[in-house]
Amino acid sequence: MMALDATEGYTTEDGRRIGGVVMEMRNITLRFGGVVAIKDISFDIREGEIRAIIGPNGAGKSSMLNVISGFYKPQEGEVWYKGEKRPSMKPYQVARQGIARTFQNIALFDGMSVLDNVMTGRIRHMTSGLLSQAIWKGRAEAEEVENRAKVERIIDFLEIQHIRKTPVGRLPYGLKKRVELARALAAEPSILLLDEPMAGMNVEEKEDMSRFILDVNDEFGTTIALIEHDMGVVMDLSDRVVVMDYGKKIGDGSPGEVRQNQAVIDAYLGVAHD
Amino acid sequence: MPDQVVWGMEVFLNGLMTGVLYSLVALGFVLIFKASGIFNFSQGVMALFAALTLVGIMDGQVPFAHLINTIFGTDIHYFGWTVPALGAILLTMVVMVALAWAVNQFIFRHLVGQEPIILFMATIGLAYFLEGFGDIMWGSDIKNLDVGLPQGINETIDEVTYQVFGYGFFIDNLDIAATVVAVVLVIALVLFAQYTKYGRAMRAVADDHQAALSVGISLKFIWIMVWSLAGFVALAAGIMWGAKSGVQFSLSLIALKALPVLMLGGFTSIPGAIVGGLIIGVGEKMFEFLVGPMVGGATENWFAYMLALLFLVFRPQGLFGEKIIERV
Repeated sequence: MMALDATEGYTTEDGRRIGGVVMEMRNITLRFGGVVAIKDISFDIREGEIRAIIGPNGAGKSSMLNVISGFYKPQEGEVWYKGEKRPSMKPYQVARQGIARTFQNIALFDGMSVLDNVMTGRIRHMTSGLLSQAIWKGRAEAEEVENRAKVERIIDFLEIQHIRKTPVGRLPYGLKKRVELARALAAEPSILLLDEPMAGMNVEEKEDMSRFILDVNDEFGTTIALIEHDMGVVMDLSDRVVVMDYGKKIGDGSPGEVRQNQAVIDAYLGVAHD
Repeated sequence: MPDQVVWGMEVFLNGLMTGVLYSLVALGFVLIFKASGIFNFSQGVMALFAALTLVGIMDGQVPFAHLINTIFGTDIHYFGWTVPALGAILLTMVVMVALAWAVNQFIFRHLVGQEPIILFMATIGLAYFLEGFGDIMWGSDIKNLDVGLPQGINETIDEVTYQVFGYGFFIDNLDIAATVVAVVLVIALVLFAQYTKYGRAMRAVADDHQAALSVGISLKFIWIMVWSLAGFVALAAGIMWGAKSGVQFSLSLIALKALPVLMLGGFTSIPGAIVGGLIIGVGEKMFEFLVGPMVGGATENWFAYMLALLFLVFRPQGLFGEKIIERV
């Protein structure tokens, strides 16, 4: 892959436009007590691309995602977002900045309907105050209607219209994953983080999910960063791949480049570490 | 119609009115339990504290007067002004929001992720603290609370029932007012929870903290909001009970009556709290009326708990509680 400037973009073979760097991780180190989960890792995410973070189990991929979304605070290193260094933030503040995420073991609001779940994704775009909401006048009402329209579009797009009113707790696993994606997408995020979107799915569901991820990227131009340990799926989906093993970065580049990388092959084939 | 039946109807109506007050207290419990999983034992004391504050503000009492007088050797008790009821209610609401903030800032912020039993113990501590704090702040004497609600027998009902049954029902105007207030409050709360952004955020936090954070909901904000709402409900309950029997420290004991209401209605259901309260209210009055004379009376003291026990055995999730469904 050619070397690119941070602000430069390029056009992919299938004609998608990849922009400049939207997020950059600089020398991130994360420790839990004495255990080093992430060791001095740097990489960037470009606007409009599908960026994958792969690695065997326990490589520190989920920890990295949690650093990006603000759930973990790294001991060392900096997170740069849209050209600015991000100060220490709470997860909800990160979310309001436009970084939406899904969870590996699905975190939905089980008691609420699919529609309500997806509506919560719009919270960062709803700015009317508590008082206005309490008396349901003026901005609050207009805002609800406007956001509802956007949510309906996403629901249509992800083909979950038929379950709009169903409480999420009653849905099967694959559909729950899709609702979670819908909720994250409803935020119209600058970066969409997917934590193992295919985990625990059968082949058919995996294909569906792959298609949705590609369609989302294509249709809305959403920047996506996803984690997977299944290499096959990732190679077909992503523009660029970061490979982690034992908390360290062992590869970074296009799927083709990564596949040739000896360290990556070793990690996946399980060559003994010295 | 035989006299017994007519009297029974009157008892039924009175029970309904008492039930409304139980519902109000139970409602405060449900709000906090739903949003944070905390069983707030101090809900009853919050009602007492709200009522004390309301009376104090209305009468222009100097807060902490006794403490100030002891330390500085002064002798002040009143500012010398009075505040109209509506203004005092608004000011008390501000105090309840401040209390909600303080409770989160000094207690529950430090207990995030702890076992429910620890959170429960913290609320017991809070209950006793708040009782003492209210005592120091406003004094422990029994106070009259009159916010201008209608009181005394409702003449219209008395007359109408006299013409129909030949016996005039005694229904207190205050009870009718309490019912109206409770109904309005409940409808407002349900609409708020169901159809507004903050209500949705509240339900979201109740379901999953991580997920709520990931869509940009501040847990702290929601918790303060919920405790404030519970504070407003406590204020409403405090006004009703206070107007009925004076603001005194036994007011905090109504929290105990709310427990069986919750067993019946389910800990997580707003409609459940209402219906549960009504059933307990009507149930204990009717039981006293029908069975009381046979067993020597005073059944009101234990009937509610007996009923709750039966529910625990046969329907642990209550009438409206969320049935525990788990996909395997």
